[in-house]
Amino acid sequence: MPANTPSPNNGTLLSIQNLHTWFELRKWGFGRAGYVRAVDGVNFDLGYGEAIAFVGESGCGKSTLAKTMLGIHRPTKGDVIFQGKKLNAFSSQEMQWYHSQVGYVQQDPYGALPPFMNVHRILSEPLLINKVADKDEREQRIRDVMTEVKMTPPDDFLQKFPHMLSGGQQQRVVIARSMIMRPKLIVADEPVSMLDASVRVEILMLLRALQQSHNLAVSYITHDLSTVRYFSERIFVMYAARIVETAPVDDLLREHLHPYTQALMLAIPDPDAKNALTLKEVPPGEPPSLINPPPGCRFHPRCPHVIKGLCDTQEPPAFEPRPKHFVECWLYK
Amino acid sequence: MKVPGPLKELTHYRSAVFGLLIIGSLIALAIFTVVTIPYDEAIQRWRAGEEMWGDYPRNAVPDWFTLFAGNKLPKTLILSSLDGSVRKESQAVADDMRTADMKFTFDYTSDGFPSELNLFLTGKSAQKKPLATMIWKTPDGRTIPLGDVTVGVAERFAISTDQRLSLKLDGRAPEVGLFAQPGTTAKGMTPVVQKGKYELLVEGLTFEKDSTLDAKLVVYGQAYGWAGTDHRRRDILLALLWGTPIALAFGFLAAVGSTLTTFAIAAIGAWFGGWVDATIQRLTEINSVLPTLPILILVGTFYTRNIWVILGIVIALGIFSLGIKTYRSMFIQVKEMPYIEAAHAYGAGNLRIVFQYMMPKIAPVLIPSFVTLIPSFVFLEASLALLGLGDPLLPTWGKVINEAYTNGALYKGMYYWVLEPAALLMLTGLGFAVVGFALDRIFNPRLREL
Repeated sequence: MPANTPSPNNGTLLSIQNLHTWFELRKWGFGRAGYVRAVDGVNFDLGYGEAIAFVGESGCGKSTLAKTMLGIHRPTKGDVIFQGKKLNAFSSQEMQWYHSQVGYVQQDPYGALPPFMNVHRILSEPLLINKVADKDEREQRIRDVMTEVKMTPPDDFLQKFPHMLSGGQQQRVVIARSMIMRPKLIVADEPVSMLDASVRVEILMLLRALQQSHNLAVSYITHDLSTVRYFSERIFVMYAARIVETAPVDDLLREHLHPYTQALMLAIPDPDAKNALTLKEVPPGEPPSLINPPPGCRFHPRCPHVIKGLCDTQEPPAFEPRPKHFVECWLYK
Repeated sequence: MKVPGPLKELTHYRSAVFGLLIIGSLIALAIFTVVTIPYDEAIQRWRAGEEMWGDYPRNAVPDWFTLFAGNKLPKTLILSSLDGSVRKESQAVADDMRTADMKFTFDYTSDGFPSELNLFLTGKSAQKKPLATMIWKTPDGRTIPLGDVTVGVAERFAISTDQRLSLKLDGRAPEVGLFAQPGTTAKGMTPVVQKGKYELLVEGLTFEKDSTLDAKLVVYGQAYGWAGTDHRRRDILLALLWGTPIALAFGFLAAVGSTLTTFAIAAIGAWFGGWVDATIQRLTEINSVLPTLPILILVGTFYTRNIWVILGIVIALGIFSLGIKTYRSMFIQVKEMPYIEAAHAYGAGNLRIVFQYMMPKIAPVLIPSFVTLIPSFVFLEASLALLGLGDPLLPTWGKVINEAYTNGALYKGMYYWVLEPAALLMLTGLGFAVVGFALDRIFNPRLREL
């Protein structure tokens, strides 16, 4: 078992083991020009009813990881194990079942809804695909889920098309659609980043409430550390296709060990008038190319604490300097 | 609801309402035709010869020409001893020998001459055929013997083509000479119609006990019906009527067959990608260099000219048309939309995604081009018919034009023969084009400013 996976308390729902998702680059349409290593060796376990958060900047592989968990992308190497069974070994029928067990909440609520379907049809689709044959049961489920996402009375909304709803309402429909098959896991990929600040908290509270009332596991993906606290029990910090630091949310927010996490925390805006005229220190350079990542620790070209001869040659394993707090950094060996 | 929106919006465009009226009346005409004249009957009548069309004038203009031509276009007159419009007088002359005299009397009031004059004689006899002698009496009292004929079962006594009679009438055609005022038929003069009561006397003799003799006189006019007649005396209206459902069906089926399949194939290629897409693209490119019209001419010349086979080939050649490239570029955009990803995540299968998620998104773009495509296939059918590759059985607009063309209609001044089907073709094109343009403006609002 990989090191940075503290066992969840109440059994493992989803286990990600040494996961690699690479995209092939083509040359002249058929030649192989290499790979984009969007997810490159990720390990973690997710328990029943547990909420976790992935943070990291754009292009670090968070969304690819989410889509691999959802079965949209096939892993190049490694495994996604759901309730003890490998996703790769699933038959197409089992895959269909898996799709019903994992809900997906996307970033752009308007884009996530087919513009030519009304809300009723949008919510019926997953039920029809998963062969909920009884019409009354479908209607009942649609009404239940609409009530759960607080779009009441449902009849006011069911005949509407997405463009007739506000952004917050659209996102509620997206959440309702992800909940309608009564999944065990919800993957929420930046669910509030495109919403108005005023409705963000509402949507997060709604997700939190659903998570608690249905004992849902939630994998919350964000680049916004300020919303993480509402939600998750553990935080995974991703950088350049790898998880560099893992800890329970309070531990991580109190003490950030990896130099990248430290930089990330520094970047959180602090509404203090004193800061108006000072520049924040940020690591120099840009995140590395995922086609050809740097050898050793991927952060070493930008790291202020780089150890020459070690960080730039050998990949750091996961160390556990505090209980349940794992970090891939040679500083903690 | 969103669906009826564009249709409702169509009524805001006056041009579209006009176009819808045209399309609607064409469809109504097509339904009316199919209901009142069954398919088999239409084919049978159109292919029939003199036995069916004998009483119709040859190359007659439509009736409504009389509105402009004044009294110069006579209508056809039919008098017959068979239907009782002429009395037959019979007297015994000797053993088994009886007379059968018929007097065809009619008032001629037109300023124009008839186009043809025929007497149809029918007789019944075992061995000795009846004999008929014809005498023409003009209103001013002249009598002109037309000759005699022994009557078999059915005899056509073609007065118009009698050369000797023509010589007697100053070289004028009999239908002119017999109706002209005396003194106007000489060479260099314009014959003038003598109005009044004419009489054709048929003096018949039968030589057997059960032998009979009957006669029918047809004084052919110069105008007939709504649409006139062609060189084989056929009523062109029949072809115009039956051309409507055929043109609409051909255009609609060809447009449906080629655009919908093209659309679906483009979506399938864009979604599956890889070798599926590559195969579709290469087939499209190969198909795009195949010349449609020459292939259709080849098929028509060497294999069959059946309109439904031609339709099949038009559709087959249209499936991998260049529209695939356009649609594919749109589908590739749609394919990456988040709602497709979401559908994939909740387990929608490939075909469901293609047909229920991708195609409805682009369908609005398809509709205007689909509507404007219908008349182009109607024109294609007409072009093929004009090239002599029309269906050998069915009467179509294109075939009417083709027959007019091969019979030199325009040189002979028979404009109606060409203009009637051409007007229907243009009307079809206009109706669909106008609706198509309006739909285009509705579905692509950016065009409205232009």
